Amino acid sequence: MKYIDEFRNGTVAAGISKKIASLVEGHDRITVMEVCGSHTMSIYRYGLKNLLPKNLRLLSGPGCPVCVTSTSYIDTAIAMVQKTNSRSVSEKEVLVTTFGDMMKVPGSSSSLEKERAKGAAVAVVYSTLDALRLAEKHPDKQIVFLAIGFETTAPTIAASIIEAERRRLKNYFVLTAHKVMPPVMQALLKDRDLDLDGFLCPAHVSTIIGSRPYEFIAQEFHIPCVIAGFEPLDILLGIYMLIEQIVKKEASVKIQYSRVAREDGNQKALSLLERVFEPCDVEWRGLGLIPKSGLKLRGVYATYDALSVFRISDFGFRINPEIRNPKSEINGCICGDILRGIKMPSECKLFKKVCNPEHPVGACMVSNEGTCAAWYKYGET
Amino acid sequence: MKNTKITLAHGSGGKLTHELIKQLFLPNFNNVALSQLSDSALLQLNGMKLAFTTDSYVVKPLFFPGGDIGKLAVSGTINDLAVVGARPTFLSAGFIIEEGLEMSLLEKVVRSMKETATGAGVDIVTGDTKVVEKGSADNLYINTCGIGIVDDRANLSPSSITIGDKIIMSGTIGDHGLAVLSERESLGFNPLIQSDCAPLSSMICKLIASGANIKFMRDPTRGGLATTLNEIVNPQKYGIVIEEQSIPMNDSVRALCEILGYDPLYIANEGKVVIVASADDAVRIRDILREDDLGKDAEIIGEVVGDSHGKVCLKTVIGGTRIIDMLVGDQLPRIC
Repeated sequence: MKYIDEFRNGTVAAGISKKIASLVEGHDRITVMEVCGSHTMSIYRYGLKNLLPKNLRLLSGPGCPVCVTSTSYIDTAIAMVQKTNSRSVSEKEVLVTTFGDMMKVPGSSSSLEKERAKGAAVAVVYSTLDALRLAEKHPDKQIVFLAIGFETTAPTIAASIIEAERRRLKNYFVLTAHKVMPPVMQALLKDRDLDLDGFLCPAHVSTIIGSRPYEFIAQEFHIPCVIAGFEPLDILLGIYMLIEQIVKKEASVKIQYSRVAREDGNQKALSLLERVFEPCDVEWRGLGLIPKSGLKLRGVYATYDALSVFRISDFGFRINPEIRNPKSEINGCICGDILRGIKMPSECKLFKKVCNPEHPVGACMVSNEGTCAAWYKYGET
Repeated sequence: MKNTKITLAHGSGGKLTHELIKQLFLPNFNNVALSQLSDSALLQLNGMKLAFTTDSYVVKPLFFPGGDIGKLAVSGTINDLAVVGARPTFLSAGFIIEEGLEMSLLEKVVRSMKETATGAGVDIVTGDTKVVEKGSADNLYINTCGIGIVDDRANLSPSSITIGDKIIMSGTIGDHGLAVLSERESLGFNPLIQSDCAPLSSMICKLIASGANIKFMRDPTRGGLATTLNEIVNPQKYGIVIEEQSIPMNDSVRALCEILGYDPLYIANEGKVVIVASADDAVRIRDILREDDLGKDAEIIGEVVGDSHGKVCLKTVIGGTRIIDMLVGDQLPRIC
């Protein structure tokens, strides 16, 4: 396939690996964090770690949207589907729609998958358009879309709200937990437990926001950044471009993924984001509340905001913005430390024992892009 | 068992399905034929070696590119007989029909079953019909059972597999699973992915008749190639290494998997067979398969190795290595 096969060439991969090895030879340990969950998956899927020298350490960051979704958010979504079961006759049924990854994420005491097995109205959709179609097809139901993800998915949610407005749909709502990447990267850099030499910046997020929002990382923290694509050669070349800077003690933001990502990003998508969302403080699972790291609907779109419309306070759940994954922490889950890159899954006493993809304790084990799930699936110990 | 309620993942053919079988069905039904966990039970009856199997079909939608529930119900059971080395002879057909189903649809399905069975030289000799209230089922479910006579030349068992044996895949992977998914979710993917749903008995009979040293066969349906290979190696003292580059796959399947974030190794097939055979005969087997239209894309994709006990490893296209585990839960479309 064009633009795929060219980036999966074994001979070229071996060549880049050799160059990386010769660059880092004789250096102390170099630590590079891939921020995005899709990078983590590609690294494991293609066995890239086997091709890299031992003194180069790759850490997985908090870039899996499912992994960083808070317990309270899942509880809220579950409260909505439970409301479905106990609703009075006059109320319309709530149908919660979600991307598949969210189904297994544990809340305080249940998950959407478990609630669906009990008969709750939860549907997996493939796009926001599917959710809009459901809203059109079922005017007797209230369709709530679980809007999670980073700058990559947020524009599609924004577009769905504008489209719902155009179609005059009164039964489409979003429950937002969108997050943006630069503030969490800043929070990580301020974390004294983490010792990083470079960031492999996310591909799809960067196609939206461009490279400029990462400039402060190079300038203030003197940490080099490279925006890399998700194909194995993209990642290897991105690592090479990072190592070049690290060994020369330079720090700038470079774009390896130049076939898609630009300095200024995607203006159309950015203007959609600007129109529909505004920044807000948001809770990251395991990381706590990070200022201005989230996106919430602007007041003008409040009629599409599930949080405003459905009076969550009536659901009997206490929504505490400072909640830090209490269930997981009680059980000894160290997802927070794994998301910060200071511990490996193998350091978790639950890993592969009580925590596995069938029975995930923490969110890192749920998503395909989660660090623990990747370690489990691809056999790293 | 840990879970208190059955979830969809229990029916995915992966780890939870195996847990259900091993922790609930096997200990309760407990007998020698069942404990083999073969695609068909192998039975001795008055000196005759018979294969007996059953399967239920709940596919949604009923009609999809390349097939329908009827063709699937007949092909699936024929294939379960064929891969244990049996020549399928008789089938049963049980119908659970939801009140309100269009008679014309049912007729179309039944005709498709007839056509598929006739093409494979099999008779549908008994059956059953139940109609349930609207809402109690999803249009139509079909159960088929099959009986076949095992060819004396076939001596298939995971225990006869030895280090150095080759793994042969009869064709492209993932076609059925993605054809059904595309149709069900109206993904509008162009060109349309066609299901590979087909009876393989004729092709497999030719293989057995060739006298090639085949050790084991299995059709990689739910859970896909990855789960099938795991079923073969676990809990054996050998492992399997497959080469990503050699695994046949249609570009359209690859592309859709890339878009949805699915791993094609776990996608269901309904007209493919995985063969473990002696290294000496592997090329001949591949070539015999290629003579048949249903095996024209056959490839040798890997081999049985002495290390990696009980594990399946994949050599990736760029020279890395990773472990391929059994499917855990259902594959879910990714967020971004």
